[in-house]
Amino acid sequence: MTGDTRHQNALLTLEGMTKAYPGVVANDQVSFSILPGEVHALLGENGAGKSTLVKMIYGLVKPDAGHMTLRGESFAPVNPAAARSSGVTMVFQHFSLFNALSVAENISLGMDNPPDRRALSARIREVSHAYGLPLDPGRIVGELSAGERQRVEIIRCLLQDPKLLIMDEPTSVLTPQEVDILFETLRKLTAEGTAILYISHKLEEIRSLCEHATVLRLGKVVDTCDPREKSARQLAEMMVGDTLHVPFRESAEPGAVALAMSDVSMTSPTEFGTSLRNISLEVRKGEVLGIGGVAGNGQDELLAVLSGEGRAQSGTIKLADEDIGMMHPNARRARGLLTAPEERLGHSAAPDMSLTENALLTGSVREKLVKRGFLRWGKTEQFARKIIKDFDVRTPGPDNTAGSLSGGNLQKFVIGREVLQRPDVLVVNQPTWGVDASAAAAIRQSLLDLAHHGAAVIVISQDLDELMEISDRFTALNEGRLADPVPTQGLDVETIGLMMGGGERETAA
Amino acid sequence: MIHLEKRPQPSQFWAGFTPILAVIATMIAGGFMFWMLGKPPLEAIRTIFWDPLFHETFGPYSRPQLLVKAAPLILIAIGLSLGFRAGIWNIGAEGQYIIGAICGAGVGLAFYPSESVLIFPAMVLAGALGGWIWAMIPGLLKVKFGTNEILVSLMLVYVAENLLASVSQGLLKNPEGMGFPGSRNFRDFPAAYNAELISGTGMHWGVAAAFVAVIFAYVLLTRHMLGFQVRLTGEAPRAARFAGVNPSRLILFCLGTSGALAGLAGLFEVSGPSGQVTIDFNSGYGFTAIIVAFLGRLHPIGILLAGLLMALTYIGGELAQLMLGLPAAAIQMFQGMLMFFLLAMDVLSHYRIRFNKTVPA
Repeated sequence: MTGDTRHQNALLTLEGMTKAYPGVVANDQVSFSILPGEVHALLGENGAGKSTLVKMIYGLVKPDAGHMTLRGESFAPVNPAAARSSGVTMVFQHFSLFNALSVAENISLGMDNPPDRRALSARIREVSHAYGLPLDPGRIVGELSAGERQRVEIIRCLLQDPKLLIMDEPTSVLTPQEVDILFETLRKLTAEGTAILYISHKLEEIRSLCEHATVLRLGKVVDTCDPREKSARQLAEMMVGDTLHVPFRESAEPGAVALAMSDVSMTSPTEFGTSLRNISLEVRKGEVLGIGGVAGNGQDELLAVLSGEGRAQSGTIKLADEDIGMMHPNARRARGLLTAPEERLGHSAAPDMSLTENALLTGSVREKLVKRGFLRWGKTEQFARKIIKDFDVRTPGPDNTAGSLSGGNLQKFVIGREVLQRPDVLVVNQPTWGVDASAAAAIRQSLLDLAHHGAAVIVISQDLDELMEISDRFTALNEGRLADPVPTQGLDVETIGLMMGGGERETAA
Repeated sequence: MIHLEKRPQPSQFWAGFTPILAVIATMIAGGFMFWMLGKPPLEAIRTIFWDPLFHETFGPYSRPQLLVKAAPLILIAIGLSLGFRAGIWNIGAEGQYIIGAICGAGVGLAFYPSESVLIFPAMVLAGALGGWIWAMIPGLLKVKFGTNEILVSLMLVYVAENLLASVSQGLLKNPEGMGFPGSRNFRDFPAAYNAELISGTGMHWGVAAAFVAVIFAYVLLTRHMLGFQVRLTGEAPRAARFAGVNPSRLILFCLGTSGALAGLAGLFEVSGPSGQVTIDFNSGYGFTAIIVAFLGRLHPIGILLAGLLMALTYIGGELAQLMLGLPAAAIQMFQGMLMFFLLAMDVLSHYRIRFNKTVPA
């Protein structure tokens, strides 16, 4: 179908949608159209502007420029209620439900004109059975599984007879069986003429479900395609773009092996986590190893098994020839293996504690901030001040809480805290996620400097540009498996796509 | 429109000032309640807060009572506050208090009528150990099987109460008691009696232990790694694991310490102010201490003051019942109001109140 005919038959048309936030243009002249009865995928890396775009369609964010047309009429919802009354509904990635209330009560709270409870319960039963999502309106939401909770959200949308249903990462909390049920429902809906705007990281899902895809990169529409005709690798290439910026890096003499993992497997501690399977890698002194991959493919688990929060089998992780697989976090720190997890608030830092206390959080062992169990606050504060000064953390002082810092500043503090402890091996997960450009540049530079001074650095990131910029070797996580690392220099997008898609094992030489 | 605006950091000033504000608010609301009951409000407030300390006739009797009542509350609340800070909810201090008393008293009574100076220290140890063991049951079950410590510790209170009923009519019953339930009275057993250290002040070993516990907890929380780990676990459990805190060990430490302190409180009470193991010697200190811990903002100094304040309202409340014929329920209402206002005023330390026009949507 050509662009013109799409435009004429469109249910929803977006033209020149633009939204800028301080320092970043989230959406830049985005135009595309959605047909009735179509499953339309919105593809893009984190930060490509997908959420901002759907928030504009759902009336949560006001566009700076551009306009939308819904069934031939101008569409500019001022709030979600206005969007819903025009037939546009949305299922969020994070549920907005009250655990203590029943299904029917939750659904009625989300409706603009709820019918009385008995009629509503009957409607819920009727609609949920019609779409193959059985749901008992009397049950308490707190007792439901994640999949059932999502049903509540979907039924709430369906009761409003939507013309367009927006779904943001709907399968991230579902088991494979639940995904199948969901897809059946979505196909029934589209057969009735409802259009679905579908956001997901999982490329295989998009290939099996969607008929049309719009690819966003850095806020712009860069491509459109029919995902059924493309491979997952081709889709990944479209998201990443084929103009990866690869700066020239001096290839240093590889030093001795600093950290080696051999055949490490770990069952994920959480229900929806990804178990690690047979991970083997080596990282040498003075080297930056980049680990790419789409979120949820085992990144958190890999960091946990290295930080000591998760335990590996004995003999599978070696730090300079010493077996550390069974050691707890502080024993690993004492031996020179430091880590910085992805989540800043609540994992790498305690938001309501001061920066001094947060400096103590990982610094107690190597910086000798504890003497016979007693805390040396003076020395700890000096350490915090040094982090703040050396890493240009913008804050009034070390007494301020970690939560009062901006994302970029807190990340500089967290990375600085580990770098200043002179690690032999540093593992960081998503070091620049949600961080402004200047802070991101500073963080990358500090990681390069650390490697230059002889440390081994492992960077786990979803940002491929970042990995191309700073890593010497590249590999990717896919469903808890790690591809064989390859040199970054001269790496093409095709190979990256293959590694991220898990198809590399057959082809890599 | 009034807006609540979250402060970037909780206000230190308001955190310290809100308890005072809450007491004043309680006096106003409570006075109004007393007035509606047809009692003179000012006199009632004065009877509760002033007379126990400064009244010519009652003062000398009530003043020592203040320490006697406050000591077990403080001792137990200090232990509970450690766990509460780390998100470990020991609700069964009452049970640990009872078991501590039974074990301590049992050791003492076993040596009757010895006059050895070692008896009282042995009782203290046995009391602490009894409470510790009783708290280790929910602790070990939680660590090994992931049971809920709130339910287990609470249910063990009822087990302890039944044990108490059993021993006071059986194992520990006074053989010379002419068949009445209850143990020998420690007042007749000087080597085991927890007597007043300074006559007329109410100061006994339990009071001393409470003060030591306050200092110990303060140093632990502000100066020691273990205290930092307790606070970190409460603030951000995931960050605590990342920082190398072993959650199982922390659970056992917090439950064990609170159990031992509750057991100590029970021993000091049964061998002193109460005097004998009876079926109802426990007067709910273990539960009231939960309120004291929160009134004191889980801070050792705060708990010290909250314990004294709570003891004051108890003594003052009894006095008001006696003097003005206020119903006991009204006194409980009054204590409830105090708790309510303290928690409600908490909003001031976390939020700033703004009066401004509504922003057009």
